[in-house]
Amino acid sequence: MRKAKYYPSRSSRLTYSNIVLILTLFFLFIPLVVVAIYSFNEDKGTTFTAFSLKWYKELFTSSPDLWIAFGNSVLIALTSSFTATLLGTLAAIGIKWYQFKGKTYISTISYMPMILPEVIIGISMLIFFSAVNIPLGKFTIYIAHTTFNLPFVLMLVSSRLDDFDYSIVEAARDLGASEVKTLTKVVVPSIVPAVMSSLLITITMSLEDFVITFFVSGPGSSTLPLYIYSSIRYGVSPLINALSFIMIIGIMLMTIIFKKFLKTVAASA
Amino acid sequence: MESLVATPKKGVSVTVKDITREYEDGFKALDEVSMKIEKGEFFSLLGPSGCGKTTLLRIIAGFDSPDKGEVLFDDKNILSLPPEKRSSNTVFQTYALFPHLSVYDNIAFPLKLKKIPKNQIDKMVRKYVSLVQLDEHIHKKPNMLSGGQKQRVAIARALINEPSVLLLDEPLSALDAKLRQNLLVELDEIHDKVGITFIYVTHDQAEALSVSDRIAVMNHGRVLQIGTPYEIYEAPATDFVARFIGETNIFDCTVLSSEYDEDSQEYIIKVSVPSLAADIWVTDYEDQEVGSHLQFTIRPEKIQIVLSEERVSLGHHRNLFHGIVKEPVYSGFQSKFYVELDNKTIVKVFKQHTTYLDEGPEIEWKDSVAIAWRAVDGYLVKEKD
Repeated sequence: MRKAKYYPSRSSRLTYSNIVLILTLFFLFIPLVVVAIYSFNEDKGTTFTAFSLKWYKELFTSSPDLWIAFGNSVLIALTSSFTATLLGTLAAIGIKWYQFKGKTYISTISYMPMILPEVIIGISMLIFFSAVNIPLGKFTIYIAHTTFNLPFVLMLVSSRLDDFDYSIVEAARDLGASEVKTLTKVVVPSIVPAVMSSLLITITMSLEDFVITFFVSGPGSSTLPLYIYSSIRYGVSPLINALSFIMIIGIMLMTIIFKKFLKTVAASA
Repeated sequence: MESLVATPKKGVSVTVKDITREYEDGFKALDEVSMKIEKGEFFSLLGPSGCGKTTLLRIIAGFDSPDKGEVLFDDKNILSLPPEKRSSNTVFQTYALFPHLSVYDNIAFPLKLKKIPKNQIDKMVRKYVSLVQLDEHIHKKPNMLSGGQKQRVAIARALINEPSVLLLDEPLSALDAKLRQNLLVELDEIHDKVGITFIYVTHDQAEALSVSDRIAVMNHGRVLQIGTPYEIYEAPATDFVARFIGETNIFDCTVLSSEYDEDSQEYIIKVSVPSLAADIWVTDYEDQEVGSHLQFTIRPEKIQIVLSEERVSLGHHRNLFHGIVKEPVYSGFQSKFYVELDNKTIVKVFKQHTTYLDEGPEIEWKDSVAIAWRAVDGYLVKEKD
């Protein structure tokens, strides 16, 4: 009789790989856990004195500047991610299926914002905006975020289109659909998962961006990362801990919902 | 639709005039191709891959445009129209179903674009769903269907617009052999029912022979021969056609003599075939100039193979050779024999497994045999390709 092949057992014993795993998870998540714990600390300092919700109360009742920054962040994240997803999706379709002059050139430079260091993008944007006399503010942040989000959308949608049978487009045209109807009734529904991923990733990237935003923001257009940065210069306020914990929970929920959504899309496609 | 009487011919005639298509890299996919496809005809474009058959179909559909030439539906030049304005619909090799829509919505797609009332759409969809026998699968998504079912959906979807021409681009090549046969027969029945013009692209000569009214054999961007399956098989115009359609023996030859025979109204021609080291008889409807170099071809199933010469039953103007069975290949309904003649030339012979021919005992490996064929069964092929 042949012996069964030997596989390393997945026991809970302290093997080498288990130790590495535990340490990795520990270093990855312990800061988050610390933030969560200290958000419920009554004292302002680093010693845990008593459980309290006072920072949450202060966060929601007496921090108007923070909420303005939060509102700016959300507004810019939603508008720039929507614009980038729209432009990026159309660009991906154009680069993939249409023939035009300078096609390779355009598809190459479209990925530039992804490769260039953020500092350089930030400075060049700043120089550009002052050169053409656009006052720095929410609008310039919106432009900057749309720009650096675009290549990510392009990449995600392009790779989805690589698996897409072009005959489907021809079939739609053949059956009587115009170019626009083919796009809205056939192509877009087929690439919905990639478009949704793009939207989610670009929202996240816009929400968390600091470096580029720092260069192109103006008075009164602080986003959340900028606000947090400016407030910790005078010591970390437990207020930020409370905010962080809320954001961690929010992002976890969003990820779970998105995964569920992708599963239902995958099952029906 | 259930009537046994053939539906009157519908659709349009398709005229292709001097179509030339050259790609950017200089490859000539089509070189002055012309043909006329009759109204209601089942017409096949047959050829090896890269012969230009798919390019021609795509030009007719509107997915590609030629550098030169015209395509007419009846008398109307349609080359300036986009695909959605042409009265043709296409069935694709890869099915090209819309993955996010159910069978029902896939088939209803063209009608929904036209903003036809819902109850009318429903009636039409159900009619075409039952035409392709998919009634049970109507609410499934394409990824839950087998290849054959997917292609049926594609056929129904292409027909529901009631096109004048149905273009089929190797629709069966992704299916397995048995299914291919069934669907081919079904396709033929659908053609009889709807009565419109079908243009069918295939590289499979058996498919083309079994369903087509007429076939255009293509190679290197040119049409070599247009004819009924019978004409294509029995009287190939070039040696390429002879080789591509079915199996054949083909040899260079020189015409020695040619005389007209009143009884058969054919020319009886004597040619010398160096590789057979003999002069043989062959008939032709056309006179051939003495001394001209042609090719002689004989289908393997038209050659009689027997163990002794006395059993050869063929009379006047027969061609008789002796050889040894080098390689017998049993393939069920027939056996193939590779017979080596005295001068080492190999001749392919197919023999049906029947007892009524009474041709004596089984022929086996290394048997010495006599092979013979009648002059009328061989033919001369004019041009080399």
